Amino acid sequence: MSIGLLNVIEIILNGLMTGVMYSLVALGFVLIFKASGIFNYAQGVMALFAALTLVGFQTGQIPFSHLINAMFGTNVHNWGPGLPAVLAIILTIGVMIGFAWLFERLVLKHMVNQEPIILFMTTIGLAYFMEGFGDLMWGADIKALDLGIPSGGSFWFEDITKTWAAAGSDYWGMYIDVLDVWAAGIAVVMVLALTLFSQYTRIGRALRAVADDHQAAMTVGISLRTIWVIVWSIAGVVALVAGIMWGSKSGVQFSLSLIALKALPVLILGGFTSIPGAIIGGMIIGVGEKLFEYSIGPLIGGATENWFAYVLALAFLLFRPQGLFGEKIIERV
Amino acid sequence: MVNTMESTTQTPVMELKNISLSFGGVKALTDISFDIREGEIRALIGPNGAGKSSMLNVISGFYHPQIGEVWFKGEKRPPMKPYQVARQGVARTFQNIALFKGMSTIDNLMTGRINHMKVNLFWQALWKGPAEREEIAHRERVEHVIDFLEIQAIRKTPVGRLSYGLQKRVELGRALAADAQLLLLDEPMAGMNLEEKEDMSRFIIDVNEEFGTTIVLIEHDMSVVMDLSDRVVVLDYGRKLADGEPEAVRNDPSVIDAYLGVSHD
Repeated sequence: MSIGLLNVIEIILNGLMTGVMYSLVALGFVLIFKASGIFNYAQGVMALFAALTLVGFQTGQIPFSHLINAMFGTNVHNWGPGLPAVLAIILTIGVMIGFAWLFERLVLKHMVNQEPIILFMTTIGLAYFMEGFGDLMWGADIKALDLGIPSGGSFWFEDITKTWAAAGSDYWGMYIDVLDVWAAGIAVVMVLALTLFSQYTRIGRALRAVADDHQAAMTVGISLRTIWVIVWSIAGVVALVAGIMWGSKSGVQFSLSLIALKALPVLILGGFTSIPGAIIGGMIIGVGEKLFEYSIGPLIGGATENWFAYVLALAFLLFRPQGLFGEKIIERV
Repeated sequence: MVNTMESTTQTPVMELKNISLSFGGVKALTDISFDIREGEIRALIGPNGAGKSSMLNVISGFYHPQIGEVWFKGEKRPPMKPYQVARQGVARTFQNIALFKGMSTIDNLMTGRINHMKVNLFWQALWKGPAEREEIAHRERVEHVIDFLEIQAIRKTPVGRLSYGLQKRVELGRALAADAQLLLLDEPMAGMNLEEKEDMSRFIIDVNEEFGTTIVLIEHDMSVVMDLSDRVVVLDYGRKLADGEPEAVRNDPSVIDAYLGVSHD
């Protein structure tokens, strides 16, 4: 194979992996949007908050330590060496579920039957609240997240692909980050689990029922409020997974909340209501932006990855506003 | 539970006492009282805007009357949310069909079983064991309803694709799957052709006779109402005009004036 072709293959592979990372965030949006029609602007911040909490537990940070130190003149930071990764993850899941419960109790309950735009504004408020709260609770410094997920380039893959090029050429093999492969694997497992759960269990069926028709769901005896707590909990867990992956890749920092913006074009491509759409939309964007940067980028000065996804989404809005897999909107007149 | 036609006993399963409901300045219902006896088919009739659907919505917990009491099975019912009413054993269908359109017929009917299923989230996530056994048991009940309503052929079809008449039948099926004691049907035959109406009438009578389910029915087709129902309540402009056996109501002069109008036969 020629080196040019190998390069393109490498770019596509890496694009797919990056795309899955976008999908992880988009998935959280889809879950909440399907069940309650709310576009949850806070999904990215939820990922950040979950990652912060996880690191906090893992490294044994005292929550609100800055606040405590400022108020009482103490100098406390850690309560101990920290918890093992598994325990920290379980505790963080607990925190995310508790958060979902509180949010329903304190906020969503009062927002039933409000206009979508009002609910959207609510989630913007939630986003800013969580960002500030996370800062107050765990501090604003960039933290390393290490759960023992392997990362870095795969030499094994590099060695194999090296042999694909013609003998004698100075091809170095393909670079693939093992962490990205893990992220892809985890995303696949998560989507499968979510799909099976919603297809074959009572609560899964109730979730689908609520997503389909609120009024009908109430008449068969489904409590909307319970379902919302469950949905926000699941979205919290999905946010945790996204937070772990992005945090392991680039450190847990507050710019993490901005990855939510990268999920938007993914949603427009895949449709706001489709779980497979979120995955495939993410992959299209990942591959698309990498290929575009490789082929057209040099001609127009590079840095196309920053805007390519949005332009692609715009083009989609013109021709297929419901997304690739979204439900087609047919108005019967 | 099995009842026969003549066992239309005198014990009311539900009593509505002095119900008044208004939306802002609009009075939807004014001081309406009637009872629903165990095992009967009770019809609610009246011209458009008479308050029939409002009445049904009061019973199923979608509306809360400003004045008046709802008594269910001998107890005064506190204000309840629709899902709580459903859990008490009251199922309903809607005038403009409220099905889960993206889900199959079986899944729609299975949602009707939700209140009878108890296995917790943990086992459901594992799926094997109790959750699987429970699912199978309830699936059996749902298959029974499917046989009863003769909708075997569409069990896996997403209901959004079904004809109007079949959707109405699936909606009835979902209410039946809930094993409700009180079944509220809001215009079950609206928009149906004659053949579909006959089928639906047959199912309503069968449900009432075979399962002993008490039924409250809103319907515009007078011949259907007179044939099916044991007793009829007539509403007009949110007030109760008449209440009694079909024959008596049909001959009530005020009813003829307000509703039946010209059809003096």
